Amino acid sequence: MLARRIAYRSAMFVVAITSVVVLWELYKILGPQDGGKFFGVSILPRANDTAMPHFSTMLSRYGRPEVRGSDKKIWVVVLSGAMFSLRLSLVGFFLGTTIGVGLAVLMSRYRIVQRGLLPYLVMSQTVPLIALAPLVVSWGGKLEIGSFIWPRWLSASILGTFLAFFPIAVGTLRGLASAPAAAVELMDSYAASWKQTLFKLRFPAAVPFMVPAFKLGASGAVVGVVVAEISTGLKGGIGRLIIEYAREATGDPAKVFTAVFGAAALGITMSGLVALSDVLLMRNRPKETTT
Amino acid sequence: MKKTLKFAFAGIAVMSLVVGACGGSDDAATDEGAVTEETTAPAECTTPTPVKLQLQWFTQAQFAGYYAAQDQGFYADQCLEVTIMEGAVDITPQNVLADGQADFAISWVSKALASREGGANIVNIAQIFQRSGTLQVSFKDSNIATSADFKGKKIGNWGYGNEFEIFAALTKAGLDPAKDVTLVQQQFDMAGLLSGDIDAAEAMTYNEYAQVLEAINPATGALYTADDFNVVSYEAEGVGMLQDAIWADGSRLEDPAYVETATKFVAASIQGWAFCRDDIQACRDIVVAKGSKLGASHQLWQMNEVNQLIWPATGGAGMIDAAAWDRTSSLSQTAKNLEGGTVLTKAPDAGAYTNDIVTAALAMLDVMGVDTKGSAYMSEVVELAEGGN
Repeated sequence: MLARRIAYRSAMFVVAITSVVVLWELYKILGPQDGGKFFGVSILPRANDTAMPHFSTMLSRYGRPEVRGSDKKIWVVVLSGAMFSLRLSLVGFFLGTTIGVGLAVLMSRYRIVQRGLLPYLVMSQTVPLIALAPLVVSWGGKLEIGSFIWPRWLSASILGTFLAFFPIAVGTLRGLASAPAAAVELMDSYAASWKQTLFKLRFPAAVPFMVPAFKLGASGAVVGVVVAEISTGLKGGIGRLIIEYAREATGDPAKVFTAVFGAAALGITMSGLVALSDVLLMRNRPKETTT
Repeated sequence: MKKTLKFAFAGIAVMSLVVGACGGSDDAATDEGAVTEETTAPAECTTPTPVKLQLQWFTQAQFAGYYAAQDQGFYADQCLEVTIMEGAVDITPQNVLADGQADFAISWVSKALASREGGANIVNIAQIFQRSGTLQVSFKDSNIATSADFKGKKIGNWGYGNEFEIFAALTKAGLDPAKDVTLVQQQFDMAGLLSGDIDAAEAMTYNEYAQVLEAINPATGALYTADDFNVVSYEAEGVGMLQDAIWADGSRLEDPAYVETATKFVAASIQGWAFCRDDIQACRDIVVAKGSKLGASHQLWQMNEVNQLIWPATGGAGMIDAAAWDRTSSLSQTAKNLEGGTVLTKAPDAGAYTNDIVTAALAMLDVMGVDTKGSAYMSEVVELAEGGN
């Protein structure tokens, strides 16, 4: 059963990827070479090789060296960049989870906290990341907490945290409140403490809400890290590669796509990790499929 | 009551200890300065002075002189331990310097002067690039040979303070930026020009101009050549504004130790630039080794073009030419942008630049036998490969 489901899902994944490739190539054949204009405003993107390189060109770019005279193939560079960003994203996601779940528990415990804090959480997400990035990055090497000196990469992780904690906090809060009233009353009748109710009832009930929230948070962490890398030029990650390769888009348009795909793969990996933990968490859950 | 008094006494005691400690370290610092001043002989170097340099952008040949000075040990010879910090999209070097996170910063003069007018106490201590490297590049058939031909055309510009020369040229040609031209926000690549979205694109001689020459011309299947383009050079148009210069923290220039560090830093940097003038291949390799992602031929082109902005330096490299300075500052006050505003509202004060440090640095280099004028400098011919690789 499980094997079949996995096979089906993988097949669907391949189909989804292939259809994007087919659409891309189809547009290249049918779309206007120099873009479509309606009343002088360009609406349809250009289909020429500079704006939209062939998918095969992008793929073959992976096999060629990053720059001439270097023996490093571009896939090696992109992969190591993605690994670097993955580590930062994981740190950001971990911090985001800690903060998000912590806030959710606090808010579900005290309604007044929820009333007072939630508007600020919503507001925090309206601050543009690029406005925040230089500020947070300036902590790098400057901030010292005891013997701990704030490294530059941590700033990028913090921006990942910033995007990750919000969906996690909101999703978990909703999940904690989703325990059926009858079950809560039952716990109350057992004179269960708040802590017992939280861990034995509310958290298990929250899992179906938390998993999608964590997936959002995981991809949010990646976006935050990549944007921070672009904005502050942190070396070693996929964001830095994107901006460096984008500068060469005039002469080597396929190059930047190699890094963009790397970032996309990173996002998928992160949500994949969450999905995997979901499978593990839900493994022993009683299947209440009687309804 | 008694307890409160006790605390108050304790507080005062601690405060005086702190003050005492601070005073002590101050004394130590000045003592140290005095000691190093006595032993300027470069051989004696036990603890090198840490120096942080903030660049304007990622590692590339535009900053080769500093990397060469680091790589060739010119900074170490001056007993400096230099950390070079790369720039990025959202990093403004003059602000990093003014915030005290760097000891020196590389910035264009007009941008830095705008920051200075905004209250940042930063001082130009060496004008590395003596000439402007900004171009406006267009296809031959657009017939844009001078800035007067901009009329009615789509003119690309980068914004972020990189567009002032365009406005200066427009103002000089008697054109109104708001009515006579269509200003187009340009990406940091040249795709806009090649696709026809822009008639004339802003380009640096050492970077974006090379990018179009590295692109394939779909009509011929070969690379574009210089014959395909018209190039308006703002330097030649008489509206060139001074670009890469070394800026120092004005508030620290009263400290003799900082001045001494600055002098050594400028001297070693110019030595690095002289090294790059004489061996562009070696400097290209240094920059590539520092992790530049730009291709090798592109980087060599950049090195060669950057050299032409520095050499020959008639007054000695790094000297701030009063005429060029005045032109930059007056253009900054007169060139009107779209909103009718100017970069500067008033003339920069006399303290905005000093030639004292670079003069001392050049004297040091003369003793060492480094050619700081490069009067015999000849640029080389660099062939670009596809994609700059």
